[in-house]
Amino acid sequence: MTTIMCRCEDLTEEEIVEAINEGYTTLEELKRKLRLGMGPCQGRTCMPLVMRLLAKHTGVPPNEMELPVTHPPVIPVPLGTLASDDDEK
Amino acid sequence: MMMKSEVVIIGGGINGCALAYELSLRDVSVILVEKKYLTYGATGRCGAGIRQQWSTRENVELAMDSVKIFEELQHGNQWDIGLRQGGYLIVIHDEEELGQMKKNVQMQQSLGLDVSLVEKDQIPQIVPSLDPSGMDAMGATFCPSDGHADPFKTTYAYAHAARAQGAQLYTQTEVTDIRSQNGEIQEVKTTRGSIKTGIVINAAGAWSQRIASMLDVAVPNVPFRKEILVTERLQPLFEAMVISFRDGIYFSQMEGGQIVGGIPIPHEQPGYLMEPTFTFLQHMSRTLTRYMPCLKHLNVLRQWTGFYDVTPDALPILGETPGLNRFIQCHGFSGHGFMVAPMIARLLSQLIIEEKSCPILDRLGLHRFKDKDWKVQERSVVG
Repeated sequence: MTTIMCRCEDLTEEEIVEAINEGYTTLEELKRKLRLGMGPCQGRTCMPLVMRLLAKHTGVPPNEMELPVTHPPVIPVPLGTLASDDDEK
Repeated sequence: MMMKSEVVIIGGGINGCALAYELSLRDVSVILVEKKYLTYGATGRCGAGIRQQWSTRENVELAMDSVKIFEELQHGNQWDIGLRQGGYLIVIHDEEELGQMKKNVQMQQSLGLDVSLVEKDQIPQIVPSLDPSGMDAMGATFCPSDGHADPFKTTYAYAHAARAQGAQLYTQTEVTDIRSQNGEIQEVKTTRGSIKTGIVINAAGAWSQRIASMLDVAVPNVPFRKEILVTERLQPLFEAMVISFRDGIYFSQMEGGQIVGGIPIPHEQPGYLMEPTFTFLQHMSRTLTRYMPCLKHLNVLRQWTGFYDVTPDALPILGETPGLNRFIQCHGFSGHGFMVAPMIARLLSQLIIEEKSCPILDRLGLHRFKDKDWKVQERSVVG
């Protein structure tokens, strides 16, 4: 049975555990190794799940984990909307 | 705890990791220290384009040699570094740029590069969906063997192979001091303990001047914040990286379908600012949709920043340090450190192991700033 943890980037629990065992033991490193949390939801769905998984494998409690940096825009925004030139007139 | 190593590399980006690989391949003992995690600095934040079309011979030669190594790593060593060679299309906007580009292309061709000038109406044949009028183009240059590699995969591949050869790579480890005596390196002090060594490589990117200052060595680099964004994925649309020196824009489509690109914001000042700006997001969106109008419905997912480690002549600072034996400089890449790293690592390994220099290292030493011998500037910087 396969458990999908990051739905945007199609990452399974097994793939994440494999990366943890290879030495990618922080959320920032897992993000760069696997593109975890880099899809449209920007980690909102997967990050809490992965924190629990990481805690189980490293012994570091989730509340002591450094969260990946949050980047704007907060929700996906179309390029055309950002390019609208209303304030240039 | 006192550790010991022939070489200490400071910085866990592409340059540090490639050096750790090349040195350990030749049985040199190596400790690499990185204050955060591998790829934390410019490597993990860059567009990771691989371009051979430069205006100075040094950069063309370095980039051409590096492309051969990237190809060797992907196809020979069978490392998955995500190498894709879809070419670089450089937009020409006016007669002045055309004159410069003709000179560049001639010089690049004389070095054996497959590169050519492209007429305005041929542009969409190379990159469909580009709007030559919208981007105010009168032509372009195109080099099909330019391309892109995955900066994370490439760095991790080098790091993984270096570790397998016995190199020690310490992350979350900060250098606090470096000791020298009578012009010889003695010891590197870190938050993990001291390392006894005779050779230090400064590959700390935008933080290189801080490392150099620990040995009272002045380097002229300044950090510049640069911004970049990524969109959601879409079907494969084009393979080339598109860049313009006049507009400063660069963008390409990744293997996974995302568009990644950047552009400088006007009046950016040097410094360690890391905050992303809305000015960038707006400016980039306007320019990108002018170049490729069909992208206007595509969602931006994320914007982030990184540093260009900029020297006065936009060329890197490499090799020995005047007055201090075996303090090796490897920084100042001014926005194009990723693409030349494989070759730089080989040249510096030769310098370290065989004490054998080469014309490129001789020209790109730190001494050139003291001698004021740096008149030729690299003009083809983007982003």
